Amino acid sequence: MNAALIIIFATIILSSLVGIFAGRRVKMNLENWTVAGRQFGIIIIWLLMAGEIYTTFTFLGASGWAYSKGAPTFYILIYGALAYTLSFFILPALWRVGKRYGLHTQPDFFIKRYESRFLGVVVALIGVFSIIPYLQLQLAGLGLIVEVSSNGAVSSRVAIGISFILSCAFVYTSGLKGAAWVAIIKDILMILAVFIVGIGVPYIYFGGFGKMFRALIEQKPNYLVFPGAAPQMDVLWVMSTVLLTGLGFYMWPHVFGSAFSAKSDKIIKRNAVIMPFYQIPILLIFMVGFTALLVIPGLKNGDMAFLALVNKTYPSWFMGFVGAAGAVTAMVPSAILVLFASTLLAKNVYQTGFNPRASEGKVMALSRFMVLVIMTFALFFAIFLPNELVPLLIFGYDGVCQFFPGVVFGLFWKRVSKIGVICGMIAGIAAVVILICLGRDPFLGMNAGFVGLVVNCIITVTISLAKNHLKQKSEL
Amino acid sequence: MQKGTIYALILGAIPFITLVFALPLVNRVEPVILGLPFLLFWILSWVVLTPFILLAAYFCEKKFNIPKEGEEE
Repeated sequence: MNAALIIIFATIILSSLVGIFAGRRVKMNLENWTVAGRQFGIIIIWLLMAGEIYTTFTFLGASGWAYSKGAPTFYILIYGALAYTLSFFILPALWRVGKRYGLHTQPDFFIKRYESRFLGVVVALIGVFSIIPYLQLQLAGLGLIVEVSSNGAVSSRVAIGISFILSCAFVYTSGLKGAAWVAIIKDILMILAVFIVGIGVPYIYFGGFGKMFRALIEQKPNYLVFPGAAPQMDVLWVMSTVLLTGLGFYMWPHVFGSAFSAKSDKIIKRNAVIMPFYQIPILLIFMVGFTALLVIPGLKNGDMAFLALVNKTYPSWFMGFVGAAGAVTAMVPSAILVLFASTLLAKNVYQTGFNPRASEGKVMALSRFMVLVIMTFALFFAIFLPNELVPLLIFGYDGVCQFFPGVVFGLFWKRVSKIGVICGMIAGIAAVVILICLGRDPFLGMNAGFVGLVVNCIITVTISLAKNHLKQKSEL
Repeated sequence: MQKGTIYALILGAIPFITLVFALPLVNRVEPVILGLPFLLFWILSWVVLTPFILLAAYFCEKKFNIPKEGEEE
């Protein structure tokens, strides 16, 4: 046993125990399990949302893109700010609807607003299909971080197995509250790790980030403007991508659902105000990627840049600390993803689609059972077929952002119709799939998902207006 | 639409203008400010300013909007 190993396992086990104990005194029904009884105050909701947003992908991907692509990685810094600005205007209204009708999930909203069970089932299925590859990505990141930071002492499969089963244990017992409590630990560890490494490495190798950037500008003058080292990702791509991801962000079923857990609409509005502060650590993650490019150029896999540089710079016990932070950083979003995927399947596919008269107790029990089913399924793929689902991820964001017109028009525009939303969604997804399959992503320099979203909005509005027009005519 | 909401929406448009539509104009390395290349400096500045913009929007709504029924005050 080395020190790194002890730190990693102690952190994983202690955090999971905190998560399991979080729900100890709560009588678990669907309301308490999925939206934590709508009791979260501003601090805990901030930490929870940050817990969902800052995933292993942020850790490895943001630094990896800085390393291998350069400036296009800045999109990660931008889209959060756009998403939170948007949430300031959307989420309070959404929260009020959720409170009034006792909604738990995103499909619940569609069912209520458009009075369509069919639409609810469709939204639930698209949600689950988008969540599964996202979950796979988290698990893959977790395995990678633990394997590298324990210096190979723990294989990626063992790491995934142990930590994912524990994540499912705390989500099974405590629901969203468990995830929120573990998110507190996760956020503290991750911020610490990011600050120490992000400020540390440019200083250690160059004597400060200013000097580091000067060296980078000298060596690669075009690296720090779009399109950096990725010719496909020019300004237009960045603009369309930040709009797509900024608008689509709160359309992820788990982020959407978490908004319901706030105590009041005021809390969720104030939360939107302070959320952008959470973007600042991303800058430090970029610094690590850029420093790595100068210090250890030529890595085959850019996503390894963060870990490789930490490994080169710091003692092995610190590597253990980064591994622990990385593991918990993957566990929190994984747990929340499993929670919402299970609820979508039990409540919005089974109850809505097949058995509307199922009792709440039955749906709750089925949701918990689905946690075990999804866990088994995800573990099987993560361990035996680790690369099979990741290509689907590209459809994940493009898929969930197609909910945007249905949600936003649904909240603020009385005339939007069910048929308009359904047609818009189908057309949007079809456009994305066609463009990606034809290899036309980016299309005319724009992100294909964004093109799909534009198609979706146009169709939704046109059909909604046309239908109203026809209706008025026939009434005359 | 209430007056406070309109002000808030105008403020809310600022991050979208600066962080999306202005990007083609600021896509350059020079001048280097505070050690950051200009593009990164621009993006970071507006990201850091966003919470303050939203805070202003929050107070605009609070000041100019008459609370509707069903909304907590």
